[in-house]
Amino acid sequence: MARAYELRCRECGKRYDNAPLSICDECFSPLEVQCDLEAARKTFTREAIARGPGSMWRYQALLPVPDDYVAPTPTGWTPLLRAPRLAQRIGASNLYIKNDAVCLPTLSFKDRVVSVALANAQIFGFDTVGCSSTGNLANAVAAQAARLGLKSYILVPDDLEPAKILNTQVYGAKLVRIDGNYDHVNRLCSQIADRYNWGFVNVNLRPYYAEGSKTVGFEIAEQLGWRLPDNVVVPMAGGSLITKIRKAFKELIALGLVEEREVRFFGAQATGCSPIATAVKAGTNHIEPQRPSTIARSLAIGNPADGVYAARCIRDSGGWAEDVSDIEIVSAIQELAETEGVFTETAGGVTTAVTARLYAHGRIRPDELTVTCITGNGLKTTDALAGAYELEAPVRPRLSDFETYLEEQNEEHELVSGGVRVR
Amino acid sequence: MKNTSSCLEASVSVRVLLPNAFQKHTDGTREIRSNAGNLPELITEIETTFPALKAHLRDEQGQVRRFINFYVNEEDIRFLGNDKYAFKDGDEVLVIPSIAGGCFSCCSYCGKEDCVCC
Repeated sequence: MARAYELRCRECGKRYDNAPLSICDECFSPLEVQCDLEAARKTFTREAIARGPGSMWRYQALLPVPDDYVAPTPTGWTPLLRAPRLAQRIGASNLYIKNDAVCLPTLSFKDRVVSVALANAQIFGFDTVGCSSTGNLANAVAAQAARLGLKSYILVPDDLEPAKILNTQVYGAKLVRIDGNYDHVNRLCSQIADRYNWGFVNVNLRPYYAEGSKTVGFEIAEQLGWRLPDNVVVPMAGGSLITKIRKAFKELIALGLVEEREVRFFGAQATGCSPIATAVKAGTNHIEPQRPSTIARSLAIGNPADGVYAARCIRDSGGWAEDVSDIEIVSAIQELAETEGVFTETAGGVTTAVTARLYAHGRIRPDELTVTCITGNGLKTTDALAGAYELEAPVRPRLSDFETYLEEQNEEHELVSGGVRVR
Repeated sequence: MKNTSSCLEASVSVRVLLPNAFQKHTDGTREIRSNAGNLPELITEIETTFPALKAHLRDEQGQVRRFINFYVNEEDIRFLGNDKYAFKDGDEVLVIPSIAGGCFSCCSYCGKEDCVCC
């Protein structure tokens, strides 16, 4: 390979020089970035990585950017947390959370993919960038475009959560609400990218963008002490993340950074938008598009671009996919916050609820090392918890009033717990 | 008046928007008008109009490649009955290849589905 990375058609294998291009002009199949692992072998070592920055850019040698690229934002390198209390609640004993709810700069894993996409947007000379988004991507593109001095057009479904709209507009991005669902928005962006000379991160820059997801997999392996887990549970919208974590693990094995191990991949969707989980359960590679209807809007992609690949990745690994109801999603958001102090958005509720079900159904054994991927922050979807908590009347600032308040609380608790005093 | 239905059928005219990815095989044509009555007829007409496109549009089994999607007036044609959907006069048909970026192949090392690198 002449360069450290290039584009290659995933179906017919045709090679392309690096360009803002996502579709093969021979067979109209998707293009993918192909990194030269042999070239990376010299620089992609545990020691070199440890000397790198405390961000996803410590893995720069396996990302599609030039060697001398200097990233302006320390994205990624989010905590991998042991989750003993959640584990106890759901019948697990070796559970970890990969917490991208605190990913910089906009608190979702989309910051990773946008970092790589916009690096390439600059290389290709775009002065305007954009995306179709269910919200998190909108925030990430808006923020990072501002930091790079690029103009941005962000197209979103008109029913997007208010917090995600505000978190896009505040960066000065042009937010365009589209009268339709994400699939409508995405289709329109394909047409716009064909017509205008703009860099759409998830359209004409998508092969580069998608590579950013690999860093979730690299980090999980490094944070586990350079070993792979038994299982990974991943939320699925377009289906890209789960395939890229697998790609990351394969690359680490190929380069000898981790011992080979068959990792099983589990996909999580909301029942109201579950085309990939449905295909996995039916044992087919055929993805039947759905019309989304779920509070988990960041996963509401009815025609997932990587659905075929995600379903195959799950099945080939010996994993499974599950889908959960909106009520279960809300409960799981609360459960994760109450047990581990991690407040996630609805997508994280999906992942947590599915994780619990996988243990309950015996698809994951309690002692297996399992990582569940939390990809976004709960502050963005607080409307999902509307009405879940009562605001009590204020207490006067006197100790006696506070003691009365506590007594009332205890009485209420006794009523609820059937007279058994719980301290 | 006796041939009303066939007259109506003959009057169906749809606008078809082709993606940039096709242009190499369509001499740059981005848009055509068609009198096709349904999707199979439309695909045949596109292949007749642009013979260079035909070999690229179908796979080795002669099936239209699965990454090519068809939409009628913003709706995925699969929600409308797919091949059975009868085009209506004035319909706008979009042809859009899927944009996917995942990893079907095993690894970047060889790029093959049946990778033996690792």
